[in-house]
Amino acid sequence: MFETIKEGFIKTFIRDNRYKVFVEGFKNTIIITVMAAIIGIIIGVFVSLVHSLAENARDKHQTTAGARFVMVLDKICTAYVAVMRGTPLAIQLMIMTFIIMGGFPNKIIVCCIAFGVNSGAYVSEVIRGGIASVDYGQTEAGRSLGLSQIGTLRLIVLPQAIKNILPALCNEAIAVLKETSICGLVSVVDLTRAGDLVRSRTMSPYFTLISVAVVYFILVYGLSKAVGRLERRLAQSDRH
Amino acid sequence: MIDIKSLCKDFGDLKVLKNIDLHIDQGERVVIIGPSGSGKSTLLRCMNLLEIPTSGQIIFEGADLTDKKTDLDNVRCKMGMVFQQFNLFPHKTILENLTLAPRYHKMMSEEEANETAMKLLTRIGLADKANVYPSTLSGGQKQRVAIVRALAMGPDVMLFDEPTSALDPEMVGEVLELIRELAHDGMTMAIVTHEMGFAKEVGTRVLFMDEGVIAEENTPVEFFEHPQNPRLQDFLSKVL
Repeated sequence: MFETIKEGFIKTFIRDNRYKVFVEGFKNTIIITVMAAIIGIIIGVFVSLVHSLAENARDKHQTTAGARFVMVLDKICTAYVAVMRGTPLAIQLMIMTFIIMGGFPNKIIVCCIAFGVNSGAYVSEVIRGGIASVDYGQTEAGRSLGLSQIGTLRLIVLPQAIKNILPALCNEAIAVLKETSICGLVSVVDLTRAGDLVRSRTMSPYFTLISVAVVYFILVYGLSKAVGRLERRLAQSDRH
Repeated sequence: MIDIKSLCKDFGDLKVLKNIDLHIDQGERVVIIGPSGSGKSTLLRCMNLLEIPTSGQIIFEGADLTDKKTDLDNVRCKMGMVFQQFNLFPHKTILENLTLAPRYHKMMSEEEANETAMKLLTRIGLADKANVYPSTLSGGQKQRVAIVRALAMGPDVMLFDEPTSALDPEMVGEVLELIRELAHDGMTMAIVTHEMGFAKEVGTRVLFMDEGVIAEENTPVEFFEHPQNPRLQDFLSKVL
């Protein structure tokens, strides 16, 4: 038994310096996850901001060119979120790689963008949900004191919503980490693809695939625990 | 001061307000009573456009609030509103709750705003609570803070939407006492309430709303001692 495990370990990691494939894959998984999360947050915040500005313009019955531009932009953002949520990520990744950015040499960057653009839609929903979680009476109180829609959002609603948004954002980043395991579809060597490559060489699926799963689990479980702690800390500051 | 002309408000198929005409003069204290679902809160909330009327006009100090060109944020500065659920800002200290709107509107400097707020807090005996958060206050204290938060803007009229309905019985008195003081100072008010004794004592005019119309209006003494409308007679027999 022990001999089998030892043999499997050597075959999978040591022989032909195969650990390097895993290290490379791990590195790419982390790069793509972090970059996608950053791009996702930027896009998500942008979409939410456009939505709020459009609401504000509607509330004030503005008809300036700028206001109309924001409203059109808001419609485009809504369509973007619907498309991102309504199509499989795998097909989005392939469309990004072979159509939109077809011929772009660095496939890792393409992955970062594809996952980031997808994540942005979910981030915008997270922010929207966080804002909706704040009691509407807070908005009414702000508006009754003469604060504008945007002023109420900035001074009253967002500072309260952030407590719900932050943990959900971290959970979204964790989801992205797991989703990056489909990078192999466009021949990018992430952790999963690395495991698959080694498996095809060693013909020993158990050791490779389970090792990869364990690495994902440690990352995801550790991050989830951290988010749990963050959530508790934020909840505590409610009680003063 | 406030002129409401043929005001209608529908929620879908439900007609909540049916052709309401109401005029409130400076210094008047109009108390609105009626069974739940009669539209009294909706009427009050239409006065500062927290509810958008389906049709009709609301004229306040010469400005037609239903005109899309009217800057509602400016108008709302002159109309204080007090909610059933207090709606204090939980992420701001009591002092910040009072100074937020005056500073947002650049009506006063930070020092002036703080000074005004401290004067108001001293008046209601809560100066020692200036730097704590709302969650540490009792319901009665919260509502009194909510009232002076509206007063900090120097409004010309105060709208009270069931200000004591969410309070424990022993805290109703302190809130009514504060409203009574405001009445004594000559503040123009519209009050939706279920406190009949208070309505009789503080109001200069009492309205009975039923099924979206003002079914009866009269001076407090006449209203309570010689009710004409059978629905009002029935209502009073149940609540008095």
